[in-house]
Amino acid sequence: MTDMSIFVAVQSDDFCVASEYNELRRQSGCGAIVTFSGLVRELSDNQLHSMTLEHYPGMTEQALTAIAEQAQQRWQLGAVHLIHRVGSLKPHEQIVFVGIASPHRAAAFAAGEFIMDYLKNRAPLWKKEHTSNGDYWVEAKTSDQHALTRWG
Amino acid sequence: MIKILFFAALRERLDCEQYLLSCDGTMLQVTDILQQLQSRCHSWQQELSRSDLLCAVNQQLVPLSANVQDGDELAFFPPVTGG
Repeated sequence: MTDMSIFVAVQSDDFCVASEYNELRRQSGCGAIVTFSGLVRELSDNQLHSMTLEHYPGMTEQALTAIAEQAQQRWQLGAVHLIHRVGSLKPHEQIVFVGIASPHRAAAFAAGEFIMDYLKNRAPLWKKEHTSNGDYWVEAKTSDQHALTRWG
Repeated sequence: MIKILFFAALRERLDCEQYLLSCDGTMLQVTDILQQLQSRCHSWQQELSRSDLLCAVNQQLVPLSANVQDGDELAFFPPVTGG
């Protein structure tokens, strides 16, 4: 595929999955589209009022673009859309969107998992939870670090 | 001059967002700069000695052994938690 396109955005505004999906359909002319959305999850032990997403402006965009490019080198992809929100978010709000268009579903599924695994370990973003018991920075999970090992 | 940025929990614990370090033009390693910063006070010593500290030079993740020179942008931050 010659005209692989990458779209990356770091924004406080919400995104619309349907618009992204339609854009992926229009751009790629591929046979498969896989999309993933990550949402603000409620906590099991105390009440989450909101979450603040901090990032490193400039580096975040570069890191996300580099991850999409790595995926493009590993699989045959038509288009990758990667959107990450920053700022204050409430429970159930959308945080992250990954959309992949490819000729075949296996590549689209794999690239989506690869992009999320790398995003969780490489993109300079940090979550702070504002709960009924106080404010806490989210700790990085070792399971997220281990997830990278499957990609060699 | 080397611009040093701190993010997230590290920024809060150091109570510092940006630190400017004068540089006489010689090539330094990130670890040299860390040592200078750690010597400022006990809390900086503690926070900047954490084994999970991450570092970027000119907005690229690098190991602490990386080189830094005059005009570079250096950043320190805790493990990332986006997604």
